[in-house]
Amino acid sequence: MPYIQLRQMQVNQTGIIAGIKARGELGTRLRDMGLVPGKEIRILGKAPLYDPVSLRIMGFTLTLRNNEADHILVEVN
Amino acid sequence: MGIAIALAGNPNSGKTTLFNVLTGARQHVGNYPGVTVEKKQGRCVSGSDEFHVVDLPGTYSLSAYSLEEVVARDFIVKEQPAMVVNIVDASNLERNLYLTLQFMEMGISVCIALNMMDVAKKRGIDIDIAKLSSLLGLPVVPMVARTGKGRDDLLKIVADHAKTRTRSLKISYGRDIDEALDEMVEKISSEHFLTDRYLPRWVALKYLENDVQILEMGKEQNPQMDTWLSSVTRKLTHHLDTTLDTHPEGMIADQRYGFITSILKQGVMTCTRDKNRIETSDKIDKIVTHRFLGPMLMVAVLMGLYQFTFAYSAVPVGWCEGFFGWLAGRVDGLLSDGLLKSLVISGIIDGVGGVLGFVPLIMFMFLGISFLEDTGYLARMAFMLDRIFRLFGLHGASVMAFIVSGGIAGGCAVPGVMAARTLKSPKERLATLLTVPFMNCGAKLPVYALLVAAFFSENQARVMFIITLISWVGALLVAKLLRSTVIQGPATPFVMELPPYRLPTFKGLAIHTWERTWQYIKKAGTVILGISIILWAMMTFPRLDTAITADPAQVGTQQAAARQTDEEKVDQASAALRHSIAGRMGTAMEPVTRLAGFDWQTNIALVGGFAAKEVVVSTLGTAYSLGDVDPEDAGSLSERLQSAPGWGPITAFSLILFTIFYSPCFVAVVCIAKEAGSWKWGAFSMAFNTLLALGVSIAFFQTATWIMS
Repeated sequence: MPYIQLRQMQVNQTGIIAGIKARGELGTRLRDMGLVPGKEIRILGKAPLYDPVSLRIMGFTLTLRNNEADHILVEVN
Repeated sequence: MGIAIALAGNPNSGKTTLFNVLTGARQHVGNYPGVTVEKKQGRCVSGSDEFHVVDLPGTYSLSAYSLEEVVARDFIVKEQPAMVVNIVDASNLERNLYLTLQFMEMGISVCIALNMMDVAKKRGIDIDIAKLSSLLGLPVVPMVARTGKGRDDLLKIVADHAKTRTRSLKISYGRDIDEALDEMVEKISSEHFLTDRYLPRWVALKYLENDVQILEMGKEQNPQMDTWLSSVTRKLTHHLDTTLDTHPEGMIADQRYGFITSILKQGVMTCTRDKNRIETSDKIDKIVTHRFLGPMLMVAVLMGLYQFTFAYSAVPVGWCEGFFGWLAGRVDGLLSDGLLKSLVISGIIDGVGGVLGFVPLIMFMFLGISFLEDTGYLARMAFMLDRIFRLFGLHGASVMAFIVSGGIAGGCAVPGVMAARTLKSPKERLATLLTVPFMNCGAKLPVYALLVAAFFSENQARVMFIITLISWVGALLVAKLLRSTVIQGPATPFVMELPPYRLPTFKGLAIHTWERTWQYIKKAGTVILGISIILWAMMTFPRLDTAITADPAQVGTQQAAARQTDEEKVDQASAALRHSIAGRMGTAMEPVTRLAGFDWQTNIALVGGFAAKEVVVSTLGTAYSLGDVDPEDAGSLSERLQSAPGWGPITAFSLILFTIFYSPCFVAVVCIAKEAGSWKWGAFSMAFNTLLALGVSIAFFQTATWIMS
């Protein structure tokens, strides 16, 4: 199955997180919110200017800027 | 003293609701020492037990990256509460337990208040409370904080278990990390390195996580140990990097979530419904954050908030003004003319009136914003606008502060500055605080109205629109400038939760609004009264020998001083004003301000405008020997300016530009200093804004005169 960056995912697409490439504060923040390998995510929508993006993880809604989503690798179906 | 408990939990988990349920109205709001993080505490009684409750800031984790998280863990370590009550959202168990694990790793006594059981049930989530409690080894109390259900059970558990230390949790982080941890723990224990406060394993973990605060403390206490621990960390980091393409920090977080998953999979949580079912919140979001409908709805909401804050507060503001006007009238009748009367009316009554005049505004603003925040809409606004505001180094949530300050002409920077509290990112918040005063507040409008009526009477609407545009563009550009100079640094990660839509409770809104308003009265009030008296003195002293009766200083909004229409007295007032400290300042600055087209009369008026921007109009009136000028109806002054030497459209527009950008009124300055946590930023906004305004006005005046000549 292919790995893509979270930014490239389409609305309503689902996938499993494969890796987080960010370190430091951003890396910690992403992980604190549950963006860790193995978790399933689904893209819910994008803001009117296509950035940030909102997604469903572990039953809640999380939003990320596109440049933050770039650090997240997802295995999509 | 009672049993000390600390409430901790994720944002949006119902922590504040629980705090209100526990303490009712008996709460006290302040700040944690030295920082601007809000600290709420209160008492509560249940049976024979008395509790002292502290509400820790809402956090998702306990890293050293945000002030809130550092404050929360420092409080627990330093104050040693008998128990930490960790509010956990039952409908969002997995993520909430991440914080719980970190408390348990610190080895402190924790119990879980499992909130929102009703929401979880509705979503088809079934939680085995007994199993969760036994697997984690700590008490778990099911609750519905909104209705107060479970309150007594919780307090009973706390009273029973307080001081019984929970066994500290040891999660396995995989062989590599565990081996390093064991090695570090052994040496930390034998050297007693930071162990007066923390558990050895926790210190080791923080070294592996590169925790700035602990690293700093370690370096100070024992540099040798610090070097050794750092070298172990480096070795492990290198090893993990080459073998697994990861690093300790990431691995630790991953394992914590792995631990939670393994617990939940042992039958703690069962989902009886399709997890991909579309929740009501998602349906609302389809419309509310829709590409076209979303922004339209947002404009409507912002207009509504604006209307609510400024139109509906007009009535109580009117009562306030009426009352202080009446009071000034009474004093006017009681005291004989002279210094004392002038001090009481222009210094004290106008000062107190000025402070209290903002109270209805602040109350309505907080009521409106709390409502938007508690429903979850505020987060959606930040989500939709972030792309634009980020360009200027701000955050999507900055919009609220800009709008309230006068982004739609007629707001007020005082509640606007306070509205910046909804921003959680420190740098973006400071940049917002410093730039919202450029918006066109209601007090600047009389100044514009006067100048526009006098010099741009044919294009009034267009000029007003240009003014609004200039203040927005100016504010955003200055924000960008500040974020790339004095408030430098990368953007704080946006990573934000969109909480499900909820209907706020009336009690929650009322408590929230009242406590914010009271804080304003208490904290800002005293300072503002003091400055108001100083300003009065500046515009009164030193006095002309002949001017005993006149009251040239019109400080504040209630112009209740003795009305004198007598031409002679009016001339005298003008002379007395010029003779005062403010007058001398104005005269002394004339050589510089001439470059922007301002004469000394304008300068004095601008000094007066520091008290409140509309005072510019009345002071101009005094300086141009017109006696009292009502800012709302300045027709005579308008005519006077048209014929005054040196005045023309260019001068007028130069003054408009200056009014947009120069120092915020002192009430706003005091609020900026309080919100930024330092007087340094209050002083900065005065100096920086005034210099900026001078620069802009001079540039405009010189260019325009050159083109016209």
